[in-house]
Amino acid sequence: MDNVIRRRTPGARLARAVLYTVLILAVLFYLMPLVVMLFTSIKPLEEIRAGSLLAIPLDPTFAPWAKAWGEACTGMRCEGVSVYFFNSIAIVVPAVLISTTIGALNGYALTKWRFKGSELVFALMLFGCFIPFQVVLLPMAQTLGWLGLSSSRAGLVLVHVIFGIAFTTLFFRNFYVSVPSELVSAAKLDGAGFFRIFWRILLPVSKPIIVVSVIWQFTQIWNDFLFGVAFSAHDTQPVTVALNNLVNTSTGVKEYNVDMAAAMIAALPTLVVYVLAGKYFVRGLTAGSVKG
Amino acid sequence: MSTVTTSTRPVDAAPGRTAAARLQAWLPRLVLSPSIAISLFFVYGFMLWTFILSLTSSRMLPSYEFVGFAQYARLMENERWWVAATNLGIFGGLFVIICLGLGLLLAILLDQRIRQEGALRTIYLYPMALSFIVTGVVWKWLLNPGLGIQAMVRGWGFESFTFDWLIDPKMSIYTLVIAAVWQASGFVMALFLAGLRGIDDSIIKAAQLDGAGLPRIYWRVVIPCLRPVVFSAVMILSHIAIKSFDLVVALTGGGPGYSSDLPATFMYTHAFTRAQIGLGSASAMLMLGGVLAILIPYLYSELRSRKHG
Repeated sequence: MDNVIRRRTPGARLARAVLYTVLILAVLFYLMPLVVMLFTSIKPLEEIRAGSLLAIPLDPTFAPWAKAWGEACTGMRCEGVSVYFFNSIAIVVPAVLISTTIGALNGYALTKWRFKGSELVFALMLFGCFIPFQVVLLPMAQTLGWLGLSSSRAGLVLVHVIFGIAFTTLFFRNFYVSVPSELVSAAKLDGAGFFRIFWRILLPVSKPIIVVSVIWQFTQIWNDFLFGVAFSAHDTQPVTVALNNLVNTSTGVKEYNVDMAAAMIAALPTLVVYVLAGKYFVRGLTAGSVKG
Repeated sequence: MSTVTTSTRPVDAAPGRTAAARLQAWLPRLVLSPSIAISLFFVYGFMLWTFILSLTSSRMLPSYEFVGFAQYARLMENERWWVAATNLGIFGGLFVIICLGLGLLLAILLDQRIRQEGALRTIYLYPMALSFIVTGVVWKWLLNPGLGIQAMVRGWGFESFTFDWLIDPKMSIYTLVIAAVWQASGFVMALFLAGLRGIDDSIIKAAQLDGAGLPRIYWRVVIPCLRPVVFSAVMILSHIAIKSFDLVVALTGGGPGYSSDLPATFMYTHAFTRAQIGLGSASAMLMLGGVLAILIPYLYSELRSRKHG
């Protein structure tokens, strides 16, 4: 949209000023909570009580971070969120790898080896992206019990894989649809098999969609709370559940700085991923939601 | 050649010749079968299972003593359910409308050849990377009247400034709207921006030549082009609204009292902490119904536009 407001009349200049003002106000709106969270997490309690929300920390201290990491009470226990942070890692890593691998193979089979009913299979699986998970919670709890996986990290990995496959399949299917099939057809004529073609032809071009899928699954599973709270016990909780317990533990003095430090710790992994790979994050969001 | 594979592609590996070739022909289906089984059991089977539970008198543990639709009848008489359902209407409606408005506004402004556009986009969108629990914890701190925004503004000298929605049962639902808009509106901006970039410049140039002013061009030409984006955004946002659970738990805990309950928290509370599995299942089924009511028209129009487009 060239030259739309580019003419340098006074009116256009005013419009330009208004434009930037609104954009900067929006920046303040989006950044303010993060800034407050960071500031509060490095202020001593007295400074929080005496000072204002947005006041710059006069006496920055990392003690609240240390306490949130190693000592703060989450419910009954007082060992900080570190244990739960590692629980989250132990759940996220296998769940992301397994669901992405399965999604890639599914997407490949659905696009390069079409068979009668393959579109129906895709539609069938796609529905899993849309259900409200409340509708599977109770049966899942019972099934995990039967499998001997109640309240275990392995159980949570299983749950996240099961309900992640719909998304990863969608990503890879939509990506492989646009990969030309000529090479695949030629390789089939030469007698190359299913896995060989995948390994040699599809996988080398799949890097962007692998990144999208890994980031999407990582963010979804790291940020999950519903499955975490429904299917974990004290020692297997993911960090989101621990954070919520920490903030709602009401013994003794309320330490807002420790709460905020814990929130920062829980938020950092996905924030770092977002900053490093924002482009792929956005692509996952739109691919995961727009293309039905 | 007999048709072992009913492939739509002419150049498949010759089927039916040897065992190895036959295996190759079936491999794609073999690879897909675990996922199909998972989908049938864990998605469709579980939906059916929850429906069956909703027809029973299950309380603490699932029992299979059928009571017909009695749990749904109980739900309809449950005041707390109606609070949750009404709240979803308020929360969902405001959340969707404000996100659309704010997202569209920011996208249009960002589309005016702005310096540092990339940085601004990154800032607007980062909340989407956070967990709703983190968002809830932060906004609970900001909205806490004693030390949050209210205290800050009073500290600036506006002694009578009051912003205590978090502890006001009539207003608590609106705190959820604020936090959810903060989290998701940047994402809507990104959707609209992508839509704006996809519009053919020549349409706008033509309108300009006709002498139309900028607001008029946007209102009459550009925004109508964005209809599909609006449609997807509404569908995604309402989906987020129906599933909202974490945010309520972290920000208001459903309180004060149960004034900010949503169906998702109602379901969890009844099924997992109040030993009302039958009632909880019935509420889960109604949530599913809500999602389907949005999803089916969406998919229908998607498929139609694909066929005709």
